[in-house]
Amino acid sequence: MIMAIEVPEVTTVASNDMLLDGIDFISDGDQYLTFVLGKEHYGVDILSVREIRGWEAPTIIPNSPSYVKGVINLRGVIVPIIDLRKRFEVSEPTYIRTTVVVVLIVKTGNHEKTMGFVVDAVSDVINADDQDVQVSPDFGGSVSANYVHGLVNVGDNVVTLLDVKQLLTVEDGEVVHHE
Amino acid sequence: MTNILVVDDSTSMRNMVSATLSSAGYQVKEAPDGKAALGVAKSMKFDAVITDLNMPVMNGLDLVRNLRALPSFKYTPILLLTTESSSDKKNEGKQAGATGWLVKPFNPEKLLATVGRVIG
Amino acid sequence: MSIDLSQFHQVFFEEALEGLDIMEQALLSIDEPQFVDDETINEIFRAAHSIKGGAATLGFTQISDFTHVLETLLDEIRQHKRTLLSEMVELFLKSCDFLRDTTCQLMQDLTPELTQGSELIAAFEKMLQAVEENEDSSDTYSEMNDSISSSVVAETFFGGMLNESRSSDEKMEGKNMAENSLIKSSKEEVIDKENELGNGAGDGKTWKIYFKPEPQILQTGNEPFRIFRELAQLGELEAQCHCDLLPDFEELVVDECFLYWTLKLTTQASRDEILDIFEWVIDECELTVELVSPEFKVDQSAAEEKKDNLKGIISEEAASEDMLKVNQSNLGATEEITSNGVTSGAKGDAATIVPLKESSVDPLSNKGQERVPLNSDESDSKKIIDKSKQKSIRSNKKEKEVVDRGGASASSIRVGIDKVDSLINLVGELVITQSMLSELGNDFDLDKLERLSNGLEQLRQNTRELQESVMKIRMLPISFAFNRFPRMIRDLSNKTGKKVQLTLKGEHTELDKTVMEQISDPLVHLVRNAIDHGIETPERRVALGKNEEGSIVLSACHQGGNIVVEVSDDGKGIDPEAILEKARDKNIHFDEAETDPQKIFDLIFEPGFSTAESISDISGRGVGMDVVRRNIKDLGGRIEVESKIGKGSVFRVYLPLTLAILDGQLVRVGDEVYVIPLVSIVESLQIKSKNINSVSGNMILYRLREDNVPIIPVYKAFNISADNTELDNALLVVVESDGRKVGLLVDDLLAQQQVVIKSLEGNYKRVEGISGATILGDGSVALILDISGLMHKVANQKKKPKRAA
Repeated sequence: MIMAIEVPEVTTVASNDMLLDGIDFISDGDQYLTFVLGKEHYGVDILSVREIRGWEAPTIIPNSPSYVKGVINLRGVIVPIIDLRKRFEVSEPTYIRTTVVVVLIVKTGNHEKTMGFVVDAVSDVINADDQDVQVSPDFGGSVSANYVHGLVNVGDNVVTLLDVKQLLTVEDGEVVHHE
Repeated sequence: MTNILVVDDSTSMRNMVSATLSSAGYQVKEAPDGKAALGVAKSMKFDAVITDLNMPVMNGLDLVRNLRALPSFKYTPILLLTTESSSDKKNEGKQAGATGWLVKPFNPEKLLATVGRVIG
Repeated sequence: MSIDLSQFHQVFFEEALEGLDIMEQALLSIDEPQFVDDETINEIFRAAHSIKGGAATLGFTQISDFTHVLETLLDEIRQHKRTLLSEMVELFLKSCDFLRDTTCQLMQDLTPELTQGSELIAAFEKMLQAVEENEDSSDTYSEMNDSISSSVVAETFFGGMLNESRSSDEKMEGKNMAENSLIKSSKEEVIDKENELGNGAGDGKTWKIYFKPEPQILQTGNEPFRIFRELAQLGELEAQCHCDLLPDFEELVVDECFLYWTLKLTTQASRDEILDIFEWVIDECELTVELVSPEFKVDQSAAEEKKDNLKGIISEEAASEDMLKVNQSNLGATEEITSNGVTSGAKGDAATIVPLKESSVDPLSNKGQERVPLNSDESDSKKIIDKSKQKSIRSNKKEKEVVDRGGASASSIRVGIDKVDSLINLVGELVITQSMLSELGNDFDLDKLERLSNGLEQLRQNTRELQESVMKIRMLPISFAFNRFPRMIRDLSNKTGKKVQLTLKGEHTELDKTVMEQISDPLVHLVRNAIDHGIETPERRVALGKNEEGSIVLSACHQGGNIVVEVSDDGKGIDPEAILEKARDKNIHFDEAETDPQKIFDLIFEPGFSTAESISDISGRGVGMDVVRRNIKDLGGRIEVESKIGKGSVFRVYLPLTLAILDGQLVRVGDEVYVIPLVSIVESLQIKSKNINSVSGNMILYRLREDNVPIIPVYKAFNISADNTELDNALLVVVESDGRKVGLLVDDLLAQQQVVIKSLEGNYKRVEGISGATILGDGSVALILDISGLMHKVANQKKKPKRAA
């Protein structure tokens, strides 16, 4: 069985400092929480991040797509857990101590939607002005273009910024046998 | 310190009476019916009791009778909260041992005056 | 000091509305008014009484004046002075409406509309007079009562309320006659004198007050002292105490009063003001209040007689400090007396009272108790009240208490929903903390382990209890929404001349408070519709060979993860052709080729559609069926219509459970725990292989007595792994939905418990075969099976070609 781990532990493992205390909220531009899926870097609007949790085994939802790991109890609310690595088919999912769940929240109309996303590790918080964000060339990658908000260069890496609203939209997908 | 027990099944009435009394410096305890009041009465001394007549569980008259049977309430002023139309109730109340009555509707001044009347 | 009474308005309004609900329900429970039981009337009376008291105190005279009329009548009925008639019940019900409207208007700071109130009062009066004329022979009580009360009704509402009602009450009360006449005759006498002496001293009149209390006056907590103190506040008071009735020391009863007084009061206060001070003791004393010339002097001679006697009785201590204190501080007027030369009299009275008050003279009181049983007064009064009657009231009360408890838990919900929500979340957090703590506990020293785990067990239990109680706060039985319908049906059948029998089913089905509040209006509309458009007139029904009385059934139940509320009638049904025609008329867009009756019925929910020939008073009140549907949709629900011409219609409202609580059976399949609603479980059994039959294709039937029940292996339906895939000896939970039975193959039966239903759709989407989720005691999530959904799903899978797993 995989052990649940605590968030502080995650931050030490995830190389760069990502304590939210350290974030300079006065800085210009939007801030993004970046995380790693396999070898790729992704980012989401930090304002939509509700919390970062350790992985815990969820309750399986019958006949759900393979990337839907199930549901967990988040302070009395039933929250589905989506494995982004499977969703984007970027890496073969493993559930180890560094595996974390980024809980995102988005408001649509007067309804709030909360979902947890399994990632390999969270890495950093970056600032990005609108002009820093480049439009993603649609090369037919595994990540459908409508999930992508844009690309941003951070050092040598390219971070794919995701559209949280799209991310939280559930689609019918492939049905697999849960093992 | 002057302790007064206020008994009424109507929360708003009880609140009004006790808020008025406490604003005048009285210590107030509340009970929603006669039975509860009797329980409170057995546990501490009061300088006066103000009770409604129509209450569930134990009505005001039974409360007065029961209180009068307690040594510590033999001479304690007990005022009935009553309405104008029930003069026969007043007599029943007197027979049960009530000191007097306070006619609803009352305003805070009248309540305090009446209470002042019975408290030395 | 001034108290802002407006802070109590809200509490009063809520209480008043609750009281009106109680009144209304009690009134509706009355089948035969003339045989109404005491407790029902008492309940109605008590509610009216409380509303009146609060309203009057807060200055809502619109409510208090009106309620006063109700209360007066109810009091008469309560005392069997008047027989309750069905017309009165009708009027009382209308009064409830009026009071409710008025309360709501006051709540919104609006000026209440009182026309209806005046009309009701007029109706009350008219009815009372009619009673007087027609029923004089049948009524055992005299006509006088009727005429008196009708005058009470009129006078109290239209003015002169307080004095008039008091005097008529006194008229009715024979007991009071004696005292009243006493006072009255002396009053007349005095008035004459007043005229003579009225032109006296400019600083007021001089009154001679003769006050002779009955011995037991002290036992009601009334002390003559207090009365004197108040009189002294009115003006100048001189007192003369008469001690001649004072018994010898040996015979002195300490809690009886043997003294009486002649008082001289010089004051500007009126006679009534003086009498007011004696109000509480007026029937326990001889009292005359007469106007005298200022030269009048109170006589002290009578007091002298017993003075020495008294001095002997009272010990030095008792007579000293305490007495002086009383003299000076409490009786400012006695100082006057001293100067006027009645010192001894005043002292005498002070001295007599002091020992009564102080416990320092215990020997006396012991003696007194020996002689006169203290509760003699009490036993007397008990005799007066009919004992058997008292008993019956008591036993009724006991029943009432039980009822009250039930009602109270539901009626006292005054918690802000958002607070409750956050509480629920807090509890969730507590559960998490608990599970973390127990994990930590595992690493602890072995020594501490037991203590820790005991503590944790405690925490766990507390948490669970808290969780349960907090979550139940939001849930109310649907009877809260249903309760208004008996009244409504009654009114509507009166109005339309249609006869309707209402049946309520499943009133105990629990529903989220918010859902309840919002479903209430749509339901009202549906019921109105059923009467207005569904049920035919009695003549028409008889002609059609139907029962003269139409039937409307309102039911609620849990079904497949929903709460289903049905409004069905046995009326004329809906004609699809008429709907199509109407839709064309109203230019409502629809597919002309449509033949599915369900789709056609759905047209009535389109904006602008109404099947009524004319907008009727009943269902044509602004809102249409489109609003009904919108409201239901807003709640995440849906509405369906089923109808047969000539047979009737069924409107079925499906509501989400959101937070509904469900009794569930926990079952395990592989690593997963599922909840099966207990209501749908027929039985659980161990499969005997001889009862298994395979039929057409994959269908496996299990012979359960006469039934052949299809087996659904849950692991297959859900594509998960299970411990046991063999049928033999496996556990089968037989469930029923929509009249069909299936057997669910599970690995294990776990506990039965109440679970709080949480939505899966909120953050995810609807899942076939699952109605929702719940959080178990350990904080983990378990899914709740939707039995009818599961049956559908399996049936569909059977139809479709099987997919490769």
